[in-house]
Amino acid sequence: MKEQPILEVRDLTRRFGLRTAVRDVGFELWPGEVLGIVGESGSGKTTLLNCVGGRLPADDGTVLYRTAAGPAVDMLALAEAKRRRLLRTEWGFVHQNPRDGLRLDVSAGGNVGERLMALGHRHYGNLRQAAIDWLAQVEIDTARVDDAPRAFSGGMQQRLQIARNLVTHPRVVLMDEPTGGLDVSVQARLLDLLRRLVRETGVSAVIVTHDLGVARLLADRLLVMKGGEVVEGGLTDRLLDDPHHPYTQLLVSSALSV
Amino acid sequence: MNAMTEPVAEDGYNFAFLDEQTKRMIRRAILKAVAIPGHQIPFGSREMPLSYGWGTGGIQVTAAVIGRDDTLKVIDQGADDTTNAVSIRGFFRRMTGVATTERTDQATIVQTRHRIPETRLAEGQVIVYQVPIPEPLRWLEPRETETCKMHGLAEYGAMHVKLYEDIVRYGRIETAYDYPVMVNGRYLMRPSPIPKFDNPKMDRMPALQLFGAGREKRIYAVPPYTSVKSLDFEDHPFEVERWEHCCALCGSNDSFLDEIVVDDSGNRAFVCSDTDYCGERRAQGHQGAGMPAGYGQAAADGAAPGRKGD
Ligand SMILES: [Zn+2]
Repeated sequence: MKEQPILEVRDLTRRFGLRTAVRDVGFELWPGEVLGIVGESGSGKTTLLNCVGGRLPADDGTVLYRTAAGPAVDMLALAEAKRRRLLRTEWGFVHQNPRDGLRLDVSAGGNVGERLMALGHRHYGNLRQAAIDWLAQVEIDTARVDDAPRAFSGGMQQRLQIARNLVTHPRVVLMDEPTGGLDVSVQARLLDLLRRLVRETGVSAVIVTHDLGVARLLADRLLVMKGGEVVEGGLTDRLLDDPHHPYTQLLVSSALSV
Repeated sequence: MNAMTEPVAEDGYNFAFLDEQTKRMIRRAILKAVAIPGHQIPFGSREMPLSYGWGTGGIQVTAAVIGRDDTLKVIDQGADDTTNAVSIRGFFRRMTGVATTERTDQATIVQTRHRIPETRLAEGQVIVYQVPIPEPLRWLEPRETETCKMHGLAEYGAMHVKLYEDIVRYGRIETAYDYPVMVNGRYLMRPSPIPKFDNPKMDRMPALQLFGAGREKRIYAVPPYTSVKSLDFEDHPFEVERWEHCCALCGSNDSFLDEIVVDDSGNRAFVCSDTDYCGERRAQGHQGAGMPAGYGQAAADGAAPGRKGD
């Protein structure tokens, strides 16, 4: 059986005025795979993620996505209605700051149920139960289902954001520094949770991070970005244990010295 | 008021206050709005000699559609005699000279704030709603460009989040006014702050429904016999308010009732909010249980009682 990538990004370019933030970047994402994109701030990794996720228009390139229904579509060329529908059903996006991905004054249950409601689910009892099930999945006390996340801790907010995305069983999830801004012990718990969810759901994920420790724990494969371009890519262990490109070597050595 | 003379505006003013060009501009917006039921059409809202809180959007719509043969009824909270209604009616009487009425069935145009008359509106009538906030998605999305897109793509799922939150907090859908509706199966619409009691009247109403928002410069419409459905959940279906009481004055058990304080010791009574409906019923011989003892002589005379919140 020959597997095909679920996502194929080709020649993606994004400029801001005269500056090229992302230049001719391409990669594949395979079913069930977690791809890490690492680099320092300003390397273009978040811009790349935003372009792939349709949050920022790209100037050039294609983002070929193999839909659940079968046919592959170029997300960048798709009619907006279809693209937005795919984004809120088959895709997910986890923001670094949960504030950007949650409705802080809407109950946890309402946050989790929103995507289902968008798909036409109209049974309050079932929506609330689905939310309770997902809160349990992301290790949030299910008694908090009716509480608004404004009062949640940072770690809980981030876990809620993940539940809100996974409730429609997306096939691709993009994450922008999902553990950023959390203290170390909270980070560790979130990483464990993410590893388990990725394994259990079989979701394919792209994770942008500046933290090589996070990358090593979560990603099967890594891309290293510098100045808007990919300078090196490969399996995570190989790349971190035996970096070839001088910039990767620098990143790895400075990470060690921290 | 003399039926034998052609209605005219007060000296120095154009008929219905607005100049003809402005009226044509507003009518064009109304035609677009009728063509796309429930869709908000921007229009060049004019300054009116009344402040926004008085419903200048509705007043401009009425000014654009009113003709010399029209008979105008103006209500606020269901009543013809509240300050807002009296002042708007007076404005149009001065600016058009057309006949006015308190009788729903005799009006050709009903301008309203906060109610739809109990008497069913008929073909050929127009009801004009004063709208403070036209955008139903505003609470969840402050950006105009984004709400436009959501309407364009019919992305209304998040609207149910609001109703979901009601049930979380109160155990039921608590939204009682300006209850969101889906028009013609396509556009989400705010019906203006009418009680949800009135929502079913909008559905397939034989009269033309026009909505004007002055401050936000939007007009929208529901043409006659158009489907208007209130949002709900399967296990929390849309329901209208019910009262354990009948109207103390006319005995009606199917109209929207206002609770009023009738004396200094805090005694209360329930009466129709629609004063015309209540008066017509009494004229036909219907009677309620009467106002509680202690209510002033005015009640015995059948005059409209003082309203809560006025
Ligand atoms: Zn009555």
